[in-house]
Amino acid sequence: MFMFEQAVVGSRRYWAWVLCLLAVIGLGFLLYLQQLSYGLGITGMSRDVTWGLYIAQFTFLVGVAASAVMVVLPYYLHDYKAFGRITILGEFLAISAVTMCMLFVFVDMGQPARALNIMLYPTPNSIMFWDFVSLGGYLLLNAVIALVTLSAEHKSVPPPAWIKPVILLSIPWAISIHTVTAFLYSGLPGRSFWLTAILAPRFLASAFAAGPALLILLCMIMRRMKAFDPGPEAVRKLAVIVTYAMILNVFFLLMELFTAFYSQIPEHTEHFRYMFVGLEGHRALVGWEWASVLLAAASLLLLIVPRLRRNEKVLAAACVVTFLSLWIDKGVCLVVCGFIPSPVGAVTEYAPTLPELGITLAIWAIGCLMVTVFYKIALSVREGLAASAVH
Amino acid sequence: MRDRPLILGGLIVFLALVTFPVWYNAAAGTSSRPPQLKLPAGQKECVAPVAFMKTSHMQLLIDWREGAVRNNVRTFTAYNGKTYNVSLTNTCLDCHGVQARAGQADFCGRCHDYAGVTPKCWNCHNDRPRN
Amino acid sequence: MTRKGFLGVTGISAAVLAARKLRSVFAASGPAASPPVRWAMVIDTQKCLKKAGCIDCIAACHKVHNVPEIKDRAHEIKWVWKEPFKQAFPAQETAYTEEAYKGKPFPVLCNHCDNPPCVRVCPTKATWKREDGLVMMDWHRCIGCRYCMAACPYGSRSFNWVDPRPHLRRIDIEFPTRTKGVVEKCTFCAERLARGQAPACVQACKEQKALVFGNLADPDSDVSRLVRSRFTLRRKPGLGTNPEVYYIIG
Repeated sequence: MFMFEQAVVGSRRYWAWVLCLLAVIGLGFLLYLQQLSYGLGITGMSRDVTWGLYIAQFTFLVGVAASAVMVVLPYYLHDYKAFGRITILGEFLAISAVTMCMLFVFVDMGQPARALNIMLYPTPNSIMFWDFVSLGGYLLLNAVIALVTLSAEHKSVPPPAWIKPVILLSIPWAISIHTVTAFLYSGLPGRSFWLTAILAPRFLASAFAAGPALLILLCMIMRRMKAFDPGPEAVRKLAVIVTYAMILNVFFLLMELFTAFYSQIPEHTEHFRYMFVGLEGHRALVGWEWASVLLAAASLLLLIVPRLRRNEKVLAAACVVTFLSLWIDKGVCLVVCGFIPSPVGAVTEYAPTLPELGITLAIWAIGCLMVTVFYKIALSVREGLAASAVH
Repeated sequence: MRDRPLILGGLIVFLALVTFPVWYNAAAGTSSRPPQLKLPAGQKECVAPVAFMKTSHMQLLIDWREGAVRNNVRTFTAYNGKTYNVSLTNTCLDCHGVQARAGQADFCGRCHDYAGVTPKCWNCHNDRPRN
Repeated sequence: MTRKGFLGVTGISAAVLAARKLRSVFAASGPAASPPVRWAMVIDTQKCLKKAGCIDCIAACHKVHNVPEIKDRAHEIKWVWKEPFKQAFPAQETAYTEEAYKGKPFPVLCNHCDNPPCVRVCPTKATWKREDGLVMMDWHRCIGCRYCMAACPYGSRSFNWVDPRPHLRRIDIEFPTRTKGVVEKCTFCAERLARGQAPACVQACKEQKALVFGNLADPDSDVSRLVRSRFTLRRKPGLGTNPEVYYIIG
């Protein structure tokens, strides 16, 4: 297989990490078998809250996948050289994130054996069909791009000319995956929490903050492990992207709050009220959402002040709080709060169960494993080149 | 020739794996003889000739299903001119589902076991005996 | 005769027979050449509320369709159920309706919308709208993604979070149960309409006559007369779904 031999040689630390991930995946697999035999009743979802942690993770991770465009676009469209060394990392991150998305949708299905019905009975009026098409296409595009560019690098030859248009196509395609994912929610007549035209822009803004923040953290980790240094300029530029995207994301959220609370239309305010202060004494997500708000405030402070942002340690902290804030907002609250209250006014709360958390964790572990292995391959190829250049 | 034990060991493992289905079936007590079906009492004919049902009942059931559920076609005129209600529960299992056993009708189950298939029909369609 | 030919001939004759049967059932309404059909229901809430605590329609529906009784509210399955006025008609409440209708629940079910959002979002056509207006479910095809449940503004859909069979006190063998992992809801008793019978809930309400079912495309049908002569409400009309269940309130 393609340069896969690089993944099976490594330090003791590498293997410890991989085995650790495999253990989590194995446990999650066992829990999934349990879910398969008992049914989705094993989760915390209910008749009123029909989507939970799985679909919320899916939504958040589509954003992470789409954010690869934030390194691909400056490098390929604006010839921004500093990103040259990290585009491949962005693409591998996208491949891993899309795979996780697909797994989260799969474990959320009541009848996973019938998953192929989406292709056997293609239904263009369903946004889910288009989400399937766009995610599948994005996975394919990134896999081809990563494979071709990395193998060209491996052979020390320039990548073939035909890959350029494929890369250019991947840029609007990245925007499309998150737009279509937002459309899953924003086109439903009875769910006023999501029924807002700004949902897609908000999704994109939060994605372009969370994704690059994660990429910065991954670069820092790799540098610490002396595996790879993207160079200070690339990290600094990524930080600027995170800053702008985070500002936009918070701005969009404030616009939502204004429209809901100035108009005072109950259908629009009650979901936000549930999220920020609780409804009828139910306040399971209040703490989470306020945590997200406080983390977002901290993130803005650390990112906007240039002196703070340029300090690498502060930047690392800023990236962590940005990622956490957005993960809570999108990967926990946004999906669940759309169901509370229900269309007939029932306030049914949701909390994931242990098996549900275990399965979720396992899919994250699969993502981590993919990133680990892919990055190892990419960096080994580079190391090999550097070594041969010295000799 | 120091490799001899390795080669022989490998061969034994290989043979064991290749012949596994034979051992497995011998241990499980399955036989290659076709199943003996007990035909529904008091019924002489099915909705299609026996030979057709043997090979293609699954396709007929899918056509019935698509017809009744999706196109509201609820009546089936058989090859001999008789009409039947298009319903697995109320036509097929009315005759074949009476000899109940765990999971699926006995008539269906014997063949399905023999063929090693596990159709999911009985997750929903009822084969409880009627008085 | 080849298998394909065999099935073709039988299929055509079956379709003809089915059409003939449907026509004979509703021969009273309209001309013979396949008249348009639009099934609808009118619920006279005054008549319904008169019999306090009555759940005949719910019991009848849930019995013939093998709808399980699941104690855990999270996993509940319901085709017809009752909601307080405020929940059934959130846009119509006043400060006084709660007092006026205190303890008086209103029957709710799938509205068989003319413009159903659940059908729009289903990725496999497992739920679709028939020409006669019924919003149908194909439990063989449903993948259990629950997108339709997110799309339905009336909370009319239930999901089989667990295997329903252990929760059925008795099984009506003539109607299939469901398997875990599929969505279900009221189908306006498509299987009974095919036999020329009224829906089970309507049948069960024979004495009160609070539930009236019929063809809205036929101007002389009971439902048509009622919606023309009485003031009716529909649930959440502002969403553009065009529900086909009408409520007479006053």
